[in-house]
Amino acid sequence: MAAGPGELTLAPGPACPHGDWTLAHHARLRRRVDEAHRVRAEAPVDLAEIGALDTAGAALLAELTGAERLAGIDDWAPALPAERRALLRAVGEALTRCEAPARPRRHPLRGPLADIGQRVAGIAHQQKLLLGFIGQVLATLAATLLRPRRWRLTSVVAQVHQTGLDALPIVALLTFLVGAVVAFLGATVLSDFGATLYTVHLVAYAFLREFGVILAAILLAGRTASAFTAQLGAMKANEELDALRTLGLDPVELLVLPRVVALTISLPILTFVGMLSGILGGALVCLVALDISAVQFLAILERDIAVQHFLVGLGKAPLFAFVVAVIGCLEGFKVSGSAQSVGEHTTSSVVQSIFMVILLDAVAALFCMEMGW
Amino acid sequence: MSETRATPNEAPLIRVSDLENRFGRHVVHQGLDLALYPGEILGVVGGSGTGKSVLLRSIVGLLRPSAGRIEVFGEDLLSLEPQERSRLEQRFGVLFQRGALFSSLTLAENVALPLIEHAGLPRPEAESLARLKLALAGLPAQAAAQRPTELSGGMIKRAALARALALDPEVLFLDEPTAGLDPIGAAAFDRLLLTLRDALGLSVFLVTHDLDTLYTACDRVAVLARRRVLVADRLERVAATDDAWIRDYFHGPRGRSAREAAHATKES
Repeated sequence: MAAGPGELTLAPGPACPHGDWTLAHHARLRRRVDEAHRVRAEAPVDLAEIGALDTAGAALLAELTGAERLAGIDDWAPALPAERRALLRAVGEALTRCEAPARPRRHPLRGPLADIGQRVAGIAHQQKLLLGFIGQVLATLAATLLRPRRWRLTSVVAQVHQTGLDALPIVALLTFLVGAVVAFLGATVLSDFGATLYTVHLVAYAFLREFGVILAAILLAGRTASAFTAQLGAMKANEELDALRTLGLDPVELLVLPRVVALTISLPILTFVGMLSGILGGALVCLVALDISAVQFLAILERDIAVQHFLVGLGKAPLFAFVVAVIGCLEGFKVSGSAQSVGEHTTSSVVQSIFMVILLDAVAALFCMEMGW
Repeated sequence: MSETRATPNEAPLIRVSDLENRFGRHVVHQGLDLALYPGEILGVVGGSGTGKSVLLRSIVGLLRPSAGRIEVFGEDLLSLEPQERSRLEQRFGVLFQRGALFSSLTLAENVALPLIEHAGLPRPEAESLARLKLALAGLPAQAAAQRPTELSGGMIKRAALARALALDPEVLFLDEPTAGLDPIGAAAFDRLLLTLRDALGLSVFLVTHDLDTLYTACDRVAVLARRRVLVADRLERVAATDDAWIRDYFHGPRGRSAREAAHATKES
C-alpha cells in the first residue's frame, strides 16, 4: 500500500484513491472529492492503494462512491483485508441511516415575531408562577407555624449565618462609603446657601428611609438570590428534589421555608447595620470637611430626626427579603438540568430580584408620601 | 476472540509501572503495574473502591499520581510539557461513567467540538462527520439535533462513545460503559465495541463490573485488589487463579451464568 498523504487519481482507468485517507489530510481530500463529484454509480473504483484509513476518510470515500455501494463492499472488493472491509461497511451502513435532515424554510419575519410573542407570554407566565409560588410558600408557612416540631431551626440558623453574618462586612463597608459620598454631595450643594449644617439631615433621612434598606437588599439580591438559585438548581439537576418528593417530603417546607425565614431575619439586621454605617460615613465627612463635631452631629440627629423615619426604612426590609428569597428559590426550581440553564436562571434571579426591590421601594416611597409618614 | 491479539509480544501502548496514588492517609494504589497492548480489549475489574476509576484518571492525565511512571506511546506522560501532553491526549478517547456530554450543546455539536477545535474542520463538515459517528455508535438520525437532557441513559452512553471516537483515537478508555443499560442494550454495546475495534484497530481500556462484557468482549482481564493488579491475563487463566476474591467474582452464581451464556453463543 502507498504511504504519504492521501490523493485521488481519476483518469485513466478506475478512480483510484491512494495514500493516507485520514483526518489529518481532510481539507485537501475534501477538495479532491468535490472536484471529482460523484463517480458514476457503476464506475469501477480501486481501493487497494489506500494507506491508512479512518472514519473521516471512509466518509469521504462514501461521498465518492455513494453510501449504499460502500455498504455492499463485500460484493465488489472482496480482495481487501477483512478489517478494512469491516470499517467501510460500517461507515456505509451508518451513512445510509443518517441522511442530513432537511431544514424547513420559514418566512424571514416569522422568527422575530415569534420571539416577541414568546417573550411576552413568558413574562406573563413568570408573574403567574411567582404569585402562585408566593401563595404556596405562605400556605406552607402557615401550616408549619402552628407546629413547632416542624420548625427547622438548625437550617434557619445556618442560613442566617451564611446570608446575614457573612454579608455584614461588605454591607457595612459599602454603606459607609455611600454615606460619605452623600455627605460630600450635600456639603457641595448646601454650601451655596450657607446651609451646610443640613448635611446632617440629608444623610440621616437618606439612610434611615431609603439607602440603608435598599443597598442591603440589592447586595443580598446579588449575593444570596444567586446562591439560592444555584443551590436549588444543582439539586434539581441532580434529581435531589424528585428524591425528596418520593420520600414524601415537601421541598418547599424543607428547602424554601428556612431560606425565606432566614432572609427575613437577616435583612433587617443588615439594614440596621447599613443605616448606622452610612450615618457614620456621613458623620466622618461632616467632621473632616465641615467642622461639625460628633457631639453636634448627634445632637442634631436627636433633635430633628423623628423615629418614624427609622421605622419606615426598617419596615420595608422583611418585605424585600421575602421577595428576594422567593425569586431566588423559584428560579432554582425552574432549572432544567443543563449547565447553561443553571447560568440563565441565576442571572434571571438576580435581575428580577433587584428589579422587584427597586419597584417596590418606589411604590413604598409614594405610599409613605401620601400618608405623610 | 482471536488468539493472536492477546499475546503480549509487541511493545505495549501504555505501560504503568510502580504506580502509587494516595489521598491524604488513604492509599489507593501501591506498586501497581499494568500494560495495554495494541489492538486488545483489556477489561479492568475489581470491587467497589479498589481504584479502577482512579487508575483510568491517572492514565489519561486527569489526576497526578503520588509516585510511579506512566508511559504512553513510549513517552513518559508525567514529565512531558503541556503541549506535548495535549498532542498525546488527542490520541485518547474517553467515555466517562455518566457520559459527561456538554449539556448546552446538541449531540452533533458535542461530537463536532473536538473536530472543529483540533482537526480544524469547517463547522458544516464537522457536523456531517459527527452525524456519521453518531450513526456508527448506533443512534438514529434525528438524535443528532437533540440535547443530552432529552435522552435515555443508553443513548447518552452511545453519544458519549461517538464523542470519544471523534478524533479517531488509537486508545479508547471506557469507564463502566454498560452500567445502567438494559441487557439488550448492553449486549448491543458489546457487539458495537467489537465491531469498532476490528474496523478501526482500536485498543480499549475497559473498566467494568459487567461479567457478560468480560466474557464476550475482553481479550485480557486485569484484576485490581489490595492496591495493585493481582493478575492480568486471558480470562480462563484469571478465572483459574487461586484467590478468594477472584473465586467469588468469577465462580459466583452470576459469573457461572455469564460463562455459560458466552459458551452457548460461541458454539451456536
